[in-house]
Amino acid sequence: MPRLKDIKKVLVIGSGPIVIGQAAEFDYAGTQGCRALKEEGVEVVLINSNPATIMTDKDIADKVYIEPLTAKVLEELIIKEKPDSILPTLGGQAGLNLGMELAESGFLKEHGVRLIGTTAETIKKAEDRLEFKQTMEKIGEPVAPSLVVESVEDGIRFARRIGYPVVLRPAYTLGGSGGGIANDEGQLREILSNGLRLSRVGQVLVERSIAGFKEIEYEVMRDGAGNVITVCNMENLDPVGVHTGDSIVVAPSQTLSDKEYQMLRSSALNIIEELKITGGCNVQFALHPKSFEYCVIEVNPRVSRSSALASKATGYPIAKVAAKIALGYTLDEIKNAITQKTYASFEPALDYCVVKIPRLPFDKFITAKRTLTTQMKATGEVMSICNNFEGALMKAVRSLEQNVDSLLSVDFSKYSAQEMLLKLETVDDRRIYAVAEAIRKGIDIGTIAQITKIDRWFIDKIAVLVNIEKRLREEELSKELLREAKRVEFPDNVIASLTGRSKDEIKKLRDKYGINAAFKMVDTCAAEFAATTPYFYSVYGGEDESGELAAAEKKKKVLVLGSGPIRIGQGIEFDYCCVHATWAFKKAGYETVIINNNPETVSTDFDIADKLYFEPLTEEDVENIVNIEHPDGAVVQFGGQTAIKLTQALMKMGVPILGTSAENVDRAEDRELFDEVLAGTGIKRPAGHTVFTAEEAVKAANDLGYPVLVRPSYVLGGQGMRIAFNDDEINEFIGIINRIAQDHPILVDKYMMGKEIEVDAICDGRDILIPGIMEHIERAGIHSGDSISIYPAPTISEKAKESIADYTERLAKALNVRGMINIQYIVMDDEVYCIEVNPRSSRTVPYISKVTGIPIVELAARAIIGEEIRNMGYEPGLQKNAGHYAIKMPVFSFEKISDAETSLGPEMKSTGECLGISTDLNEALYKAFLGAGISLPKYKQVIITVKDSDKPEIVNIGRRFEKLGYKIYATLSTARFLNNNGVNALKINNIHQESPNIMDLILGHKIDLVVDTPTQGFNKNRDGFIIRRLSIETGITCLTALDTVNALLTSMENEDAQRQLELINIAEL
Amino acid sequence: MKAFLILEDGTVFNGISIGAKKEIISEIVFNTSMTGYLEILTDPSYAGQAVCMTYPLIGNYGICLDDAESKRPWAEGFIVREISGTDSNFRSEGGIEDYLIKHDIPGIAGIDTRALTKILREKGTMNGMITTDEKYDLPAILPRLKEYTTGRVVEKVSCKEKYTVGKGGFKIALLDVGAKKDIALNLVKRGCEVTVYPCDTAAEEIISAKPDGIMLSNGPGDPKECKEIIKEIKKLYDTDIPIFAICLGHQLMALAVGGDTKKMKYGHRGANHPVKDLKTGRVYISSQNHGYVVDGEKMPEDIAKPLFKNVNDGTVEGMEYKNKKIFTVQFHPEACPGPGDTAFLFDRFLEMIKGGH
Repeated sequence: MPRLKDIKKVLVIGSGPIVIGQAAEFDYAGTQGCRALKEEGVEVVLINSNPATIMTDKDIADKVYIEPLTAKVLEELIIKEKPDSILPTLGGQAGLNLGMELAESGFLKEHGVRLIGTTAETIKKAEDRLEFKQTMEKIGEPVAPSLVVESVEDGIRFARRIGYPVVLRPAYTLGGSGGGIANDEGQLREILSNGLRLSRVGQVLVERSIAGFKEIEYEVMRDGAGNVITVCNMENLDPVGVHTGDSIVVAPSQTLSDKEYQMLRSSALNIIEELKITGGCNVQFALHPKSFEYCVIEVNPRVSRSSALASKATGYPIAKVAAKIALGYTLDEIKNAITQKTYASFEPALDYCVVKIPRLPFDKFITAKRTLTTQMKATGEVMSICNNFEGALMKAVRSLEQNVDSLLSVDFSKYSAQEMLLKLETVDDRRIYAVAEAIRKGIDIGTIAQITKIDRWFIDKIAVLVNIEKRLREEELSKELLREAKRVEFPDNVIASLTGRSKDEIKKLRDKYGINAAFKMVDTCAAEFAATTPYFYSVYGGEDESGELAAAEKKKKVLVLGSGPIRIGQGIEFDYCCVHATWAFKKAGYETVIINNNPETVSTDFDIADKLYFEPLTEEDVENIVNIEHPDGAVVQFGGQTAIKLTQALMKMGVPILGTSAENVDRAEDRELFDEVLAGTGIKRPAGHTVFTAEEAVKAANDLGYPVLVRPSYVLGGQGMRIAFNDDEINEFIGIINRIAQDHPILVDKYMMGKEIEVDAICDGRDILIPGIMEHIERAGIHSGDSISIYPAPTISEKAKESIADYTERLAKALNVRGMINIQYIVMDDEVYCIEVNPRSSRTVPYISKVTGIPIVELAARAIIGEEIRNMGYEPGLQKNAGHYAIKMPVFSFEKISDAETSLGPEMKSTGECLGISTDLNEALYKAFLGAGISLPKYKQVIITVKDSDKPEIVNIGRRFEKLGYKIYATLSTARFLNNNGVNALKINNIHQESPNIMDLILGHKIDLVVDTPTQGFNKNRDGFIIRRLSIETGITCLTALDTVNALLTSMENEDAQRQLELINIAEL
Repeated sequence: MKAFLILEDGTVFNGISIGAKKEIISEIVFNTSMTGYLEILTDPSYAGQAVCMTYPLIGNYGICLDDAESKRPWAEGFIVREISGTDSNFRSEGGIEDYLIKHDIPGIAGIDTRALTKILREKGTMNGMITTDEKYDLPAILPRLKEYTTGRVVEKVSCKEKYTVGKGGFKIALLDVGAKKDIALNLVKRGCEVTVYPCDTAAEEIISAKPDGIMLSNGPGDPKECKEIIKEIKKLYDTDIPIFAICLGHQLMALAVGGDTKKMKYGHRGANHPVKDLKTGRVYISSQNHGYVVDGEKMPEDIAKPLFKNVNDGTVEGMEYKNKKIFTVQFHPEACPGPGDTAFLFDRFLEMIKGGH
């Protein structure tokens, strides 16, 4: 069927801010989908509240609205833009829900807009628990028996019928809180009663547990004519019980015979046919490990994290094909862009093995439980490709950038074999290391398989790796052994440490024996057809397919280093920068080569760079590529800390660093050198010292006077950064800092409580360009990534702005910056202090590019290759204000990580951001909160509990709440303080006091907001911690910074529900 | 032990020996299925050929004998990147290495199967040798490789005596020119009584048994080698008995009515080939295994017209015979390995028979 001619203008819904479970994969899918629509001449109107994304670029869509994702905003947008169709399947669950809401309310029908890519019926059948169950029963596809109960007794009765263990999932709680697995009636009673209390609607789903089954996923496609294919299947190494987003996943399945493979494939196709999906769909199965019994766990009738992984694992662009199907094409009409010979009605054949490992945030949330459950906790993931499983696993491990490079990296050696048996029962992110240690301890594979329920095949493969470790330790390093170790991807440094040699010796030995990495293509078809735009992965022991292509390329070649897995502190923003830099270099006539290992991102799409290497970002892996590609230069300033860290290594390989030199990067990051730079430029900074030990830190702090800021140098996202108020806290923090392995010194600075200001600038060596100045709402001390940021800075004086522009220029020149520079200042009493300089791209670059309309990354890339700002059509210096306010609002995923501390501080905790943009500052603020999902008032009840030093400030806040008609509850001392100052507050009992207390109040589900400013220290048993966690888990907004509370009050005071919001097309800026 | 794969063009791959330690010469082909290695090994259509699996990890789930497509493996040799040291599946009855040894099938592992596949893709299917002789004499071997043809392999793989499976329902005669087990099984599953005839059975014998329908099976080799069988098939064509043919059977039927077949550069072997039903426009993913194809251009137009075509290369994937209850397909609706998306063709065949009653 050719394309439907009456689809001319399509509204695409994005997925909003990055949160755990809904992340960069939707930027990848959305970007690919939008490009596919534009390719067909469709006018694309895009809405997504997330400014860090590539999809919200004017290059991607014709009209771009970075507005809150609510039904009301969408309705306004539809009235304004009059699209003929809406495509809701690219924006994750958020997009799907919105599309559904508009369809069900009749709004779409009323305005003559059709839903494409899916129908409301399809969404309902797949998403509604009951309808889904009925649909599956109708077509004879098994699902685990389940029942929604409202009482403990009903639950017990049902569990008796279906048998233990049972899984309990409370309705409408976030992050699966209150749920769990009950193995007997006692456990059921306990979990169920708690779950019923936590659930807003008092309902809990009781389901037969299929934990321990194999978890298998299929990515399937269907077109409007009913043609169906599977893109690939994937097997989770971790059996059912761990969310697939937190599982190690392998593609294709390894332990399924063709009978099982086809049985589940047919089932997936039956389901997609019954649901009448037009586009992509993900089906998750639980397969009994000892029989053909299976059941359907879940169906996602849209692109998903798994579909992104499947796309990258196979080369099949699911989102692109889904978009074309939405326009009416059938699978056999859509060309396979990689082969240009086959069509989309083709099932990819893999001739390699893919391993995905999740990137979990326990380094950021040190109090959090590391256990992995059905609630996803990972912020990102890495993917690796090799022609054997062991190699793919090893490559994925070292791609994580968590100080791991082999199965020895998490040390369990101190435990006995007996203890290891117990360790194996813990399902957490360190389990594969525990499995390896168990093998080292001589525990047999069958026993490990029995305890972990991990298939024996995988454990056997881990045993292969353990055996190589052993041989490297014990045997002479023969050519054969070295070859075998490299075949399964042992990095040189691990071989070196196991054999007691140096890394260089290993490298020399490899050169001598001719054991070098070769690169193979991902081509969708296992070499059956020649590919035109493939991407590459390394193997040892095979013919190279990349070198010849590399040598044939005559253009100047630039290597762009990606930013690896998404983690808190280094998110999608850096992928945005890498992609734009790649495009800019392409435009300037360069051949571009990207190295990255993140399957969720746009940068690893097959047609972004001229060549893509899906590889770990370590020195050795990068060197292998450099040896093949011989790039004329590398850019490291766009890929975050991941890329910056490779600077020295690249220089050693003889690859010129394009842009700011490594030496100058060092001058900005090394405290002593940076002090010289500041002294030379006459710029002030808060007093501070560089120290190496706890004693030195205490001495420095006393010298400076408390409070002080303590942090390791060379980190991103404020990892390990704390504000210390006394000697004890210094000692505690240094202990934690030292736990994070690092060779760099520790910085102790005077903590200044001023306005925090941030600028990004471009320098061509002669001039600088500052797109704008951003001001943080929260005072210094809260990480810039967690602060609400306003452009243009609304409260600082012109004089301060002038100083900032002047200082920025002085610093850029002093550091001889070519390209990007990011500087953070504190303005206190109209004086400007510099607190941090990063001669590289930053988290705010995409946001500020979009709201100023200045293509910062492109300009920086051009500056890097020698163009002058003056010749790019810009006046140097601070640019004029864009004529509107744009507010970047951090978004958190606290509800997903049980036991994570939610109070804000110098260490970054947010996972994403959204934007509020308007010519009116208050409206911008309102939109920003709305975009972050904070839409108040609801019940007009607030709980306030603050530390003593915050009490004076809380009075005005209390008054403002009172004025808005809020009923204020406060704990003892806060209530007294408010009452004494003329604010009405009801005293409530604290947690340990008798009921009714603060806990009951929260569980009453009638509280809008909890304001809780934490006392210092990490003792998580403190009442505050429990209150904050409970509010988060019951879906109550909990704010821990008074500045944020004031901003929210301002937004509420100016809110007018009837108001027509001003929707701004940022493509026109 | 070392093993070598020597190709007709002089390329030599060094690997390690798996399976039997004997030397073989055969045609070298590749299969892109990611699962189903036992089904492939035991598919009689691979007689005369050594199969290279493009998926690198083979043997993971061991040998589940229920899945075998015939009583023994027919592939002459087996070429893999890595053979699994463990067999992990609840049905597994042993490792693949032991299976190969037991059935005297030699193989080679540890070679760059992707590089081999690319050679076959670029230069076309060629002959090769698997040997463990480290002192192999290349100049002496190459002429022997060039000489090799799969020859008349159908006789080798076909059953020697007729036999019957299933009971009641339609009586189906299945001419075994190298039949996979699942063809008969698909019919039995649908309630048929299937009599399987050796490939050299005279048409008269089949006709006199008064079957409700006739199935022509898949099989190995060059269809034009099957001159006698083609003659008998022409006689079957001339009756009014409904006929459904698969793979080699489809090619033989075309040849029987004056059509032509040609050798493909490297054939279709895998579980992911899209075929388009030319009547409905629907596309199905099919399991395939063939190195020859019916020449669509040379098919007499008054006799038959294409029923399916391959979406990738446009080759003929099925024919429908005019004024006859005959249709034939190049792909494998019985799957095994691969998707069973076209199994409905067996129902269509039975519907066709019913229509005649």
